[in-house]
Amino acid sequence: MTSTETHAPRRQIMPKWLKRVLGTAATISVTLLGLLFVTFMIGRVMPIDPVLAVVGERASQAQYDAVYQELGLDKPLLVQFGIYITDVLQGDFGRSIRTGMPVSDDIARVFPATLELATLGTLLGVFLGVPLGVIAAVKRGSWIDQTARLVGLVGYSMPIFWLGLMGLLVFYGILGWVAGPGRVDIFYDGIVEPITGMLLLDSALRGEWDVFRNAFSHIVLPACLLGYFSLAYISRMTRSFMLEQLSSEYITTARVKGLSEWHVIWRHAFRNIRIQLITVIALSYANLLEGSVLTEIIFAWPGIGSYITVSLLANDMNAVLGGTVVIGVIFVGLNLFSDLLYRFFDPRSK
Amino acid sequence: MSTATEPSTLKAWLLAEEPTSRRQARAASVYQGWLTMRGNTLTMIGLGILIFLILCAIFAPLLATENPFAQDLANRLKPPGWEGHIFGTDSLGRDIYSRLLYGARISIYIVLLVAAVAPLVGLMIGTIAGYVGGVTDTVLMRATDIFLAFPRLVLALAFVAALGAGIENAVLAIALTAWPPYARIARAETLTIRNSDFIAAVRLQGAGPIRIIVRHIWPLCISSLIVRVTLDMAGIILTAAGLGFLGLGAQPPSPEWGAMVAEGRKYILDYWWVATIPGLAIFSLSLAFNLIGDGLRDVLDPKGGE
Repeated sequence: MTSTETHAPRRQIMPKWLKRVLGTAATISVTLLGLLFVTFMIGRVMPIDPVLAVVGERASQAQYDAVYQELGLDKPLLVQFGIYITDVLQGDFGRSIRTGMPVSDDIARVFPATLELATLGTLLGVFLGVPLGVIAAVKRGSWIDQTARLVGLVGYSMPIFWLGLMGLLVFYGILGWVAGPGRVDIFYDGIVEPITGMLLLDSALRGEWDVFRNAFSHIVLPACLLGYFSLAYISRMTRSFMLEQLSSEYITTARVKGLSEWHVIWRHAFRNIRIQLITVIALSYANLLEGSVLTEIIFAWPGIGSYITVSLLANDMNAVLGGTVVIGVIFVGLNLFSDLLYRFFDPRSK
Repeated sequence: MSTATEPSTLKAWLLAEEPTSRRQARAASVYQGWLTMRGNTLTMIGLGILIFLILCAIFAPLLATENPFAQDLANRLKPPGWEGHIFGTDSLGRDIYSRLLYGARISIYIVLLVAAVAPLVGLMIGTIAGYVGGVTDTVLMRATDIFLAFPRLVLALAFVAALGAGIENAVLAIALTAWPPYARIARAETLTIRNSDFIAAVRLQGAGPIRIIVRHIWPLCISSLIVRVTLDMAGIILTAAGLGFLGLGAQPPSPEWGAMVAEGRKYILDYWWVATIPGLAIFSLSLAFNLIGDGLRDVLDPKGGE
């Protein structure tokens, strides 16, 4: 006992760890502050007069001035930025001109729809993409590998909005296998009392199986679309991670020991790429939130992507910037999550 | 320095074991790269598609059968092959084939502009950050991280919202979202070059920091940037087409491919060709860049080679 007390400076581990956490926290807050600064500046250089947007063209000068002061536009830019940050930190993104509701309420309403879609897409991408990548790496050069390569290449080159339209044309227009645009048929709209806001989950929880079936037939096509793009990315990354592992010496050792091929691949090689894979999946999830902008427009999906776009076309700047900040924060969060995961689980990066 | 007159001697000059001049060494390495790339069928297919599309763009006025803006309301939404309209007509009776040709000009124009602006911005920021170091480095790299924190399309959307819709603004918005990766690459390269002996030698000769960065560091960063740009080209095309599709890029009646898909979207179930054909054009252009990028990476980055 005494020897450990004299030799191992145990207390020093704690400050190091704390220092790292503090450092990361500082980095994130600076990034978030910069993110807000960018959106704030975008809002300022807008050619649209924010006062006119509120009072309308025919307001008197007195009304105009009153709103001008109310919006704080007479204050110095830095003070305005300070006010903006304070508001945003309290979850106040201002009021949407288009819907007349606070932007934060709007986002809370539309976000679950995006989350539902992106989650389903990522699940598809993971459950199909990971095995595909592993098999492609193991059977390198075979037809499976070539197929995986083709899938990836097409996925990287395909305009997502166009593929979505083609999907609608074939599976909805010609074959009639799935339901068309929208989240659920109007007939079923509003039957299910929201719990999580995710319709599939809610209808299952409430036992409304008709609604569930209908919502499922609506979500299949956009989810497969996002899933395909996720699959293209995940399978390509999985393949290259696996190739790296399979060429290592410990794999040769395992084979020489006479372990079965199954054991070598899944118990040895795959085990070592799990952390890298989770990082990739987190990034792919973040990318799907972005990819959902165009997908939601095609499928008339009432999520955050179409909220931003429709607000943009209506010159509703508070809504656009609010949505941008929320997506940016989620992006930073997921990146940070994968980064931390990597750091804590991969002993080499310590 | 030998100048080649016949093709056979030119080849011999290019394949010489010991190059006698700097020019010969450089030409030989380019030629070796070309030989490697020529063996890659997919890359050559990509190059073929790209050259074909560039020729289409250049000779659009000669190849077009009709004025791309001429409306003919009597012949709206006619199917492909109808009375000399190879790809049919759109909702205003305009010839889709001729519009596609002119659209190729717009897409290639956007890609070239972004590919010229974004790497340059990244190169400047990255090399300054890497060379000067200290507080400048921290500030510039933080700014880079902030831009990387936004998803690209969403940030481009916000920029276009602020700047107003249009091709030039779309180019600016895409360039503003595309520079951070280049800055990172340039900084990493600069950090490895900064402390080498030849930089110290140039500095001892009295060269200032601007001269060192521009004349001695930039040339060494360029090859890794070019690979990255080629790989990013497809992404640029898709983002530009996405902005066009949302009505935030090129404005009507411009025959931009993304905008053409958006126009055909309304008729997708009854008149499939109006949206399908421009989409195929976008796909082929970005596929071409992806194929070329893959081949180029194999040539220039031996680590990733198979």
